Amino acid sequence: MTGAFRTGSFGVSGTGDTSGFGGLVRVEPGGAVALHSTERPYGGWFDEVTDALIEAVGQATYDAAVPRVLVDRGEITYFVEREHLLVLVQALRDDDALRFELCSSVSGVDYLDSGGPVDARRLHVLYHLTSMTYRRRIRLEVAVTVEDPRVPSVTRVYPTADWHEREAFDMFGVVFDGHPALTRILMPDDWDGHPQRKDYPLGGVPVEYHGATIPPPDERRSYR
Amino acid sequence: MTTTDPRNSGPRTSDPRTSDPYAGSRETTEGRVYTVTGGDWDLTFGSDPLAEERLVINMGPQHPSTHGVLRLVLDLEGETVTKARVVIGYLHTGIEKNIEYRNWTQGTTFVTRMDYLAPLFNETAYCLAVERLLGVEVPERATTIRVLVMELNRIASHLVGLATFGMEMGALTGMTNGFRERELVLDLLEEITGLRMNHAYVRPGGLAQDLPEGVEAKIREFLTVMPERVTGFHRLLTGQPIWQRRLRDIGYLDVTGCLALGVTGPILRSAGLPWDLRKVEPYCGYETYDFEVPTADTSDAWGRYLVRMAEITESLKIVEQALDRLRPGPVMIEDKKIAWPAQLSLGADGMGQSLDHVKHIMGQSMEALIHHFKLVTEGFRVPAGQVYQAIESPRGELGFHVVSDGGTRPFRVHVRDPSFVNLQATAAMSEGGMIADVIAAIASIDPVMGGVDR
Repeated sequence: MTGAFRTGSFGVSGTGDTSGFGGLVRVEPGGAVALHSTERPYGGWFDEVTDALIEAVGQATYDAAVPRVLVDRGEITYFVEREHLLVLVQALRDDDALRFELCSSVSGVDYLDSGGPVDARRLHVLYHLTSMTYRRRIRLEVAVTVEDPRVPSVTRVYPTADWHEREAFDMFGVVFDGHPALTRILMPDDWDGHPQRKDYPLGGVPVEYHGATIPPPDERRSYR
Repeated sequence: MTTTDPRNSGPRTSDPRTSDPYAGSRETTEGRVYTVTGGDWDLTFGSDPLAEERLVINMGPQHPSTHGVLRLVLDLEGETVTKARVVIGYLHTGIEKNIEYRNWTQGTTFVTRMDYLAPLFNETAYCLAVERLLGVEVPERATTIRVLVMELNRIASHLVGLATFGMEMGALTGMTNGFRERELVLDLLEEITGLRMNHAYVRPGGLAQDLPEGVEAKIREFLTVMPERVTGFHRLLTGQPIWQRRLRDIGYLDVTGCLALGVTGPILRSAGLPWDLRKVEPYCGYETYDFEVPTADTSDAWGRYLVRMAEITESLKIVEQALDRLRPGPVMIEDKKIAWPAQLSLGADGMGQSLDHVKHIMGQSMEALIHHFKLVTEGFRVPAGQVYQAIESPRGELGFHVVSDGGTRPFRVHVRDPSFVNLQATAAMSEGGMIADVIAAIASIDPVMGGVDR
């Protein structure tokens, strides 16, 4: 599936376009959230892990939990429905054929205006799991909407996710149900908003340098 | 209402505005005089003999032995820590957000400022991630120099770790010696990159510039000096009974605890698991270097100290091998659409674009000028997708999750900083111990707050 349309060049739209390319309409060659998926066989050990996962949780649960899988740049990503996340991570950690003992990282991405197809579930939570036994890494990705940004917490399976989830909550406003103490971690407790969402401005003031004024970074011309 | 109080001979007034159980007043010829007697907390809160000894103290965020702006909220019963909570965020600078508003090459200048004791690791991990997104290979010389500067950086980082360890344990000579030795490394890095810290030396596609002339001889000289300095460190600290008793059995965390809490690096290796990404998941050609992964079996601060000391020696071995295999060649990929800076040289007024290059673009080739302008103002595009690139930093697994939407700027860069994750182990390491041992536990984690808070 191809990506969305994007108008203009040099990131300029509306007034202020002196390039003459403002009316240009082009199709993005697949945005970051393009809804494509990889068909089996995935190649390498990816099939082994997927088979072991299906065996561990059952075909029906797997089909419901993982609507699509993406193999890209030597990494495998399982897109997971949040209802089935805990069943999956429990199996991934404990099953002898999987053994993803280490949760390397939990983080968020806000795919607002990413150039891909418009998807209401723009907040993504990513889990990077590492198997030290088999020396493999996989990624789980859970997508939620801004209106209902709830994801079950994996802290009971991976205690290390505690601070990771607090950071994802702090920066993206994803609410992790079942987290022991979901509070802000980097920003002050009374902060408004979630700074790493794409609709949260970077802020900044114009800076004068050698007589010229340089606008703050988020107001400069962007080239997309 | 008039009461007689032995502490306050005058009659008290009954004015409701001034009736205060702890500040009685009386009229004098100079006016009304209040006498503050202070709170009787036993009466106010009741006297619970068990809670009597409980004391909550804030250690930090500005405490010299908390490794920068780290705040610990400790529940104490006497000298025993019953609860240790870690509060971070005092050094949050929004680097991850800022990167999204600069082009891919400028990202290097941001990530280098995160874990400021291991800047070259941040740069290399970021650049490896960007290069995987681009699908490009960097020249062999660039990779070898990356290994070289990373291992020099690891030595410097471990030396600071040991120096602050010494300072926090009260072994101040360890601190002065550690920083003195680190200066040797920083001098080399300054000569190579132009800066002592925050180098921005590793760029997507290669390096900012080649090694300067004569630096190889200086590195070799350093390689001859450093082993005896390590021996001196051992003589100063390792055999010292006070040092041993402060570190042994302190900050205990075994392999199970490490994995549950996601702890990697020297802490995991001090618990006996030889998990080093340079060996188990090689990058930058580490599989071709001959070195050992030092481990300990004590799972405590003592083991972490020994592991770091041994890693300095191993890094020296890698630096020597990297020097031996340096062959002349380019340090930036051939693709002129990505290679930036195109050409640098040292002029009378400092580092800048080489005069030949400026002459070429300004006087000879319009196309070259356009190309240069596009590359500098707009940057290059990176195909859409995401990668997770992990490398072994001095503190553990340093992971960069980089997302591109196909544009000239990173769509999202998330850093899995080892200090951030390892710091979670503070409570497990220090609860139930003495307050002085909290310091030893934190020092053995060796967190860098620039990386924790980003």
